[in-house]
Amino acid sequence: MNRNPAQTNEALRDKHRLRAEYLATFEGKRKFILGDVACAYGALFAGCNFFGAYPITPASEIGETLAEELPKVGGFFVQFEDEIASLSAVIGATWAGATAMTATSGPGFSLMQETIGYAIMTETPCVIVNVQRSGPSTGQATKGAQSDIMQARWGTHGDHEIIALSPSSAQECFNLTVDCFNLAEEYRTPVILLADGEIGHLRESIIFPRLSDIRIVPRRKTKQIRVSSELVPPMAEFGEGTFIHVTGSTHKPDGMREAESQSVHDALVRRLYAKIDSNREKITRVEKEVPEDAEVAILSYGASARPSRGAFLRAKEENLPVGFIRLITVWPFPRKDVSELSRKVKKIIVPEMNLGQLAREVERFTDCEVIPVSKIGGVSHTIDEIYKVVRSALR
Amino acid sequence: MNGENPLLSYLRREILPTAFCAGCGCGTVLNLFSRAVDELQINPKDLVCVTGIGCSSWIPSPYFKCDTLHTTHGRALAFATGVKIMKPHLKVVVIAGDGDIAAIGGNHLVHSARRNIGLSVFLVNNGIYAMTGGQVAPTTPREVKTVTSPYGNPEAPMDTVGLVCAAGASYVARWTTYHVMQLKSAMKKALQKNGFSFVEIVSQCPVSYGKSVGMRSASEFLKMYKEKSVRREKFSRGLQSAEDLTDKIVVGEFVDTDRPEFASQLREVTTQNGI
Repeated sequence: MNRNPAQTNEALRDKHRLRAEYLATFEGKRKFILGDVACAYGALFAGCNFFGAYPITPASEIGETLAEELPKVGGFFVQFEDEIASLSAVIGATWAGATAMTATSGPGFSLMQETIGYAIMTETPCVIVNVQRSGPSTGQATKGAQSDIMQARWGTHGDHEIIALSPSSAQECFNLTVDCFNLAEEYRTPVILLADGEIGHLRESIIFPRLSDIRIVPRRKTKQIRVSSELVPPMAEFGEGTFIHVTGSTHKPDGMREAESQSVHDALVRRLYAKIDSNREKITRVEKEVPEDAEVAILSYGASARPSRGAFLRAKEENLPVGFIRLITVWPFPRKDVSELSRKVKKIIVPEMNLGQLAREVERFTDCEVIPVSKIGGVSHTIDEIYKVVRSALR
Repeated sequence: MNGENPLLSYLRREILPTAFCAGCGCGTVLNLFSRAVDELQINPKDLVCVTGIGCSSWIPSPYFKCDTLHTTHGRALAFATGVKIMKPHLKVVVIAGDGDIAAIGGNHLVHSARRNIGLSVFLVNNGIYAMTGGQVAPTTPREVKTVTSPYGNPEAPMDTVGLVCAAGASYVARWTTYHVMQLKSAMKKALQKNGFSFVEIVSQCPVSYGKSVGMRSASEFLKMYKEKSVRREKFSRGLQSAEDLTDKIVVGEFVDTDRPEFASQLREVTTQNGI
């Protein structure tokens, strides 16, 4: 093992150069690839150098791609014995300096819930991809769904906030994976890419950006044990002599466990909550086209946003008073955008591939009528199905 | 020197005394671990202790002054694997209980040993779930009455040493808290081993386990360990049978070999492919 720090730094520089050289071969190229594969390349471009894997349909292609590509950029791919181990190793690797990710689908996501809470409590930046599939249980293993929306929000026990982004195309699988890594670093928290089987297994053209065009948020590091309660504190790294203590138990700002204290717990958990909640406007992103005269709006995300957009475009062609809003950030929920929309229109139609999970959240922040358009069974909505609801809502 | 124990410099002394009950074996393990680190002159800067949930997880976390990662129940080995892969020059140590890494984390124990990841694992086996109040564990002997086996334990105890031997560990030993010198030397060997090294430490819990077997002091336990321990060599030529071993604690070294270590293999396979 190399114990000489000077040599290690040189080796690191070599690694960075090799990584940049390899990724440069993709820059500006157009490739016809799966959403899952695009997600894997997004991770590479974002600087991911550790991936904890466990095979599961429809997310396996993310791991398969990274198994091949990570060693070429000096990173590590390890297939573990289960999804709990994958995420646990991701967290361990992150404390040893890695930029790390894991990917799974419903059953694996369920297994990871306790460990997601650990990442939240220990403020470990990492990315968890959930390519949602139809459940409960084994369900329709090969079919897409959007039924983990609420599990992503509330799956782990205890009070917490979470960040989850929802891609609607292969290109967005790439782009939003990069964003997930950046948000993870910015807020020192696990971030979920909430994809779905439809998008993960969708083959589409994507254009690889230039490395220099990608904004990367570096880790804010420290070699000091913290004593103050910054909203988002810098992070120590193992092996640098900081003697940091990391625990999932309630702890003081210096990391030391103090599980009996009401005030220590209150301060810690409220801060973890506030660092996301108070930055809601900064984190949330939507794409919208709502004409001034709109009476009905279609609100959707992920796979179901595609036929939703189709229905919107048809209505637009026919000069119907219809608007469209697509949530790119699902969590924290874009309350402001949805509230504003509800003051403009009379009805909001929410197509999603579940039995109305996000529609309920929309209802919480709207004054107008919310019409869920649920479809389950592993088949996405057709444009027609949504268009018909639009027509009847306009009547 | 003012008569103070020099090993105190290895501890986060501002949080002492420890939370361990009087007579708990965890103190002995902390003592011997500190001595092993001291005698091997391991710089605590190069040491990471990873633990899970349970009394013995508290041995290094938070008491030992190095980087300490106190994780979820049963998953310490998986977290530790992530650390070791990224920084293979660090000594990564897992100190955990039987309920933690033999029961809920048993899967990770099997696969970490199989993978031969370079971790030093000290399994503190007190035969019970002590922190939660004395529930039956996979290591509790048959017929022992606990709060969740009130009519006597109907299950056979788990041989964690046999398990990790079969799974492919590089170094495997078992000692009790009575065998302090042998235990310290096994800990030192484990800390120096390149691959997966595992020492089972049979350790007393006079409180939660003690109430199950009617032994309320550490000395009673240590006396029992002395009487029941049999050197492994006595069973080395196929004389080992279930009956021979009933009520015995087989101590000694079981494996000491060199196999390719995982973190270096992971690098090796890509280099071999010209990457």
